[in-house]
Amino acid sequence: MPMTDGNGHDSGVDLALMEPIFEKYRDQPGALIPILQQAQDIYNYLPAEVLRLIADRLGVSLGKVYGVATFYAQFYLERRGKHILKVCDGTACHVKGTPIVLTALEEEFGIQPGQTTPDGNLTVEIVYCMGSCALAPVAVLDGKVIGRVRQETLIKTINKHIGQREECGR
Amino acid sequence: MTVLAGMDLLAVRRRQAIEQWQEKVSADLYVTVGMGTCGLAAGAAESLAAVEEEIARRNLKAVINRVSCVGMCSYEPQVELKAAGRPHINYGQATSANVPEIFAAYFDGAPLKNAVEVGWVAATETRHNGGSLRSLVFNSPAAEGAPGADQGDQRIGFHAKQLRIVLSNCGLIDPESIDDYLAQDGYSGLVKALTTMTPEQVIAEMKQSGLRGRGGGGFTTGLKWELARRTQRWPKYVICNADEGDPGAFMDRSTLEGDPHSVIEGMIIAAYAIGARYGYIYCRAEYPLAIRRLQIALAQARELNLLGERILGTDFSFDLAVKEGAGAFVCGEETALMASIQGERGQPWPRPPYPAVAGLWGQPTNVNNVKSYAYTPRILRMGADWFRSLGTPGSPGTAIFALTGMVNRTGLIEVPMGITLREIIYDIGGGIPNGRKFKAVQTGGPLGGCLPEAYLDTPVDFDSLCAAGAVMGSGGMIVADETTCMVEFAKYFMQFACDESWQMPAVPHRQHAHARDSGAHLGRRGRAI
Repeated sequence: MPMTDGNGHDSGVDLALMEPIFEKYRDQPGALIPILQQAQDIYNYLPAEVLRLIADRLGVSLGKVYGVATFYAQFYLERRGKHILKVCDGTACHVKGTPIVLTALEEEFGIQPGQTTPDGNLTVEIVYCMGSCALAPVAVLDGKVIGRVRQETLIKTINKHIGQREECGR
Repeated sequence: MTVLAGMDLLAVRRRQAIEQWQEKVSADLYVTVGMGTCGLAAGAAESLAAVEEEIARRNLKAVINRVSCVGMCSYEPQVELKAAGRPHINYGQATSANVPEIFAAYFDGAPLKNAVEVGWVAATETRHNGGSLRSLVFNSPAAEGAPGADQGDQRIGFHAKQLRIVLSNCGLIDPESIDDYLAQDGYSGLVKALTTMTPEQVIAEMKQSGLRGRGGGGFTTGLKWELARRTQRWPKYVICNADEGDPGAFMDRSTLEGDPHSVIEGMIIAAYAIGARYGYIYCRAEYPLAIRRLQIALAQARELNLLGERILGTDFSFDLAVKEGAGAFVCGEETALMASIQGERGQPWPRPPYPAVAGLWGQPTNVNNVKSYAYTPRILRMGADWFRSLGTPGSPGTAIFALTGMVNRTGLIEVPMGITLREIIYDIGGGIPNGRKFKAVQTGGPLGGCLPEAYLDTPVDFDSLCAAGAVMGSGGMIVADETTCMVEFAKYFMQFACDESWQMPAVPHRQHAHARDSGAHLGRRGRAI
């Protein structure tokens, strides 16, 4: 399936960016997962042509690469939002109110966990435990950990962070 | 380099490190800022900047130590001040906005408004068999009748019943400084093993200590090592399982963030014992700070020839690498974990063969949890008899729990085995908030068990918890109060099990999980039962 952006054009994935990664892991056993991780760091997801290139260069089948990429929750085969919000639904966070936070996020942004806003700005994901349970509930916005989350302040923080409209009452 | 030269160089470095440490802690003003993930999430980086500003404003000569999590998460961020001729005080809720009032309270006697005085800090030192263990103790504020003061024990409630071995360095040292670790007798367990013990003697010592694997299974660590040593095929591997996947568990994260060298030292000792040349630390990707601090510690250990070719001039060579997980709960299972290191789908394979016989790439492999490795250097330097004297006969030593959920004082605790659940929840955790009633405590993660009030006097050790119908697990302890609906709670765990078990190869497992999930769904009555 050809990867396209919202306008139906080819995504124009620059495969040359992969070369330093292949160089770094040359002849190292078990390198597939770190290669996929670093590819995703570059492209924000794993485009099909990148998976094909990795299979080619490692001398393994595309099926194997696809199998690994779809096994681990960390890998995405579809483009994600510019900003990523991970909401923890580990036990402590769940007990301390993550379901309420998720409902509020759905009302505000119209998306459920795993989805991206239509403008491509925000993806909301669920993770099971960031290991910061004493600060439950916890969310991570673009890598920054936010503890003792409350839905109103979290939504404000997100809106401010992605430079959208300021929160003006609900 | 001869053995003597290698060991001598380390001894010189240690002497310098001890001098530096003493200079540091006896500075005109010694400040620590807790910079673990919890502390940072609560604003510790901003607190650090505010501390620097306050030091400049007051024109003080100060040394700031960036320590990691001391374990009292409900007080994060935390700052400690110790000036010459004044007490050493730990302050909680030390956000950047509260830092000026903390300095005013400490130096000018002004009252605290938003920050809290957690306790007066003292370091205790235990010596045995020529080894030493230094740990922080938090005593009650001198003020009479201060909340949290326990009769007969000077320690604050959260610390009163704790015994810190694995966590002894957490909050005490800068985890990014190998010199801080050396100054606490670090790497002397390794030196002892390499210079005075054969691999068989190391294994005998570990067996004698009675240490049981802290990943949850409770298998005797020394016995595991012996099995791996007996398999006569090379190369052999040692692996540290740092894929702490149970929600509500963060003992391993805190240990790696607060004291990475202790885990590395334990792994080197294990490698020497079983005859391994290479090792891996498999750490979940959700723990970026732990991974970064491990990388720093590994580079420092290589620089001092504690890793690499001919370690400290001996014939023993060993090196370690960090492997980052990619988000799969099942990879906490050791065979799945090894498949993942090999770059494959993290699907478990049936045992036997056990990893000690055929593990990573089919070779003999020893897999232990973070905490099991962190105990190892302490056991070697203090002796098996010391470790055996702690805890219970069947479960020697301590247990480490991440105490969270509906308790007043959440945090990371280390307690002697045999303590009761009630003591943990009420004495250390300070009971249930807002006067609500206790309902259940979950140990051992989503696949563990929940114990109601009738079981609160169960002693915490591998066998008693098992007999009560729960499991020790790796150390998550989540308290639910009367507002928690147990059906919803159970449904949540079944949802978790369903989400994570699709990766299991066995269809019956998945179907079982789904069937139980729908059962819980039907049973829901919309109120807390």
